Amino acid sequence: MHMPLEDTLGLNLLAANQHQAEHNREHFDAWDLLCLNVMSSPGAGKTSLLERSLAALATDLSMAVLEGDMTTQLDADRLEAVGVPVVPITTGRACHLDASMVSGGVKLLRQRLDPAGLDVLWVENVGNLVCPAEFEVGEHRKVALLSVTEGDDKPLKYPVMFREADCVLITKTDLLPYLPVEIERIEAHIRQVNPRCTVLPVSATSGEGLADWHRWVQDQLAEHRQSRAGTPALVSA
Amino acid sequence: MHEVDMTKCLVLSMNDWRQQHNPAVPVVSQVHLQVGDFTCVEPEQLVHTWRIAVQNSWLSGAELSIEQIPLVARCVCCSSTYSPSADQAYQSPCCGHPMEDIVSGRELRIRSVDYSLNPELAPLPA
Repeated sequence: MHMPLEDTLGLNLLAANQHQAEHNREHFDAWDLLCLNVMSSPGAGKTSLLERSLAALATDLSMAVLEGDMTTQLDADRLEAVGVPVVPITTGRACHLDASMVSGGVKLLRQRLDPAGLDVLWVENVGNLVCPAEFEVGEHRKVALLSVTEGDDKPLKYPVMFREADCVLITKTDLLPYLPVEIERIEAHIRQVNPRCTVLPVSATSGEGLADWHRWVQDQLAEHRQSRAGTPALVSA
Repeated sequence: MHEVDMTKCLVLSMNDWRQQHNPAVPVVSQVHLQVGDFTCVEPEQLVHTWRIAVQNSWLSGAELSIEQIPLVARCVCCSSTYSPSADQAYQSPCCGHPMEDIVSGRELRIRSVDYSLNPELAPLPA
């Protein structure tokens, strides 16, 4: 005879991913770097923006990129051309990066350099507005991109991504004259689901707004390091 | 599609839970989840992928039961709670203020497990 039993767990469904994400973050903290998880739908301009931003920020900051892509290494090749170390992570059929994939990418990165010398580690996620929002990779900040060509309703249709973001970049603003969209409306919709995030309009083509965006990155790095000053490292590099 | 990866995470958590009962293997009849409406999870898909994932495993036959938790937000101006909707752009019906505090709807939780222990295999009580 079996005795019926019940265990109360109250555990996060994604606990396994969460544990690995926290482990990644402990390493990032031990190396005193800021990890940014960059997410958007396919074609919103993550790679184009990173090309410009890596080139501009490289004078002040030491950086590396973990580049998530479903099948190809095309984006990684584009970014490597800027002169910043890039580790491609091919996810196969998975539509997002998870914490263990990022951990694997970090292992490959360590074969090339000492992460303790880095200021910022960029994680360019797979193009997708749904899945990456739920899978933490160990990042300190989430950055979401929304291009003006996607329409102003996307923050309401994919609210979780925009709710989770610390910074939302409205990209491709150079195309605004040709589109029946208003940037104020896009921003208002982002604010409805996330009144606390930073919203910055940018164009990787014209360069509009990039200075503000780069200042945001620098500010986050300074803020992050300040908040961690005096905190003993939990794991050795 | 990411429900497949979520199911993998769920199975890993269940494997961890099973270790507590070593050397007995618990016979799980039901796993109760709480899934908020403000998540990227489609409950039906999760049930489907779960059934496939547990085939021929120690969890074979275990059913997933999902309690859906509605999205509820608290208005920052009057502290009353409301159910935001995409049609109303998630704003508070009282003052039009954006959705600031989420009270419920972000849950992705394994609430409890119904199971039995085969007494022949169960360890003797200490």
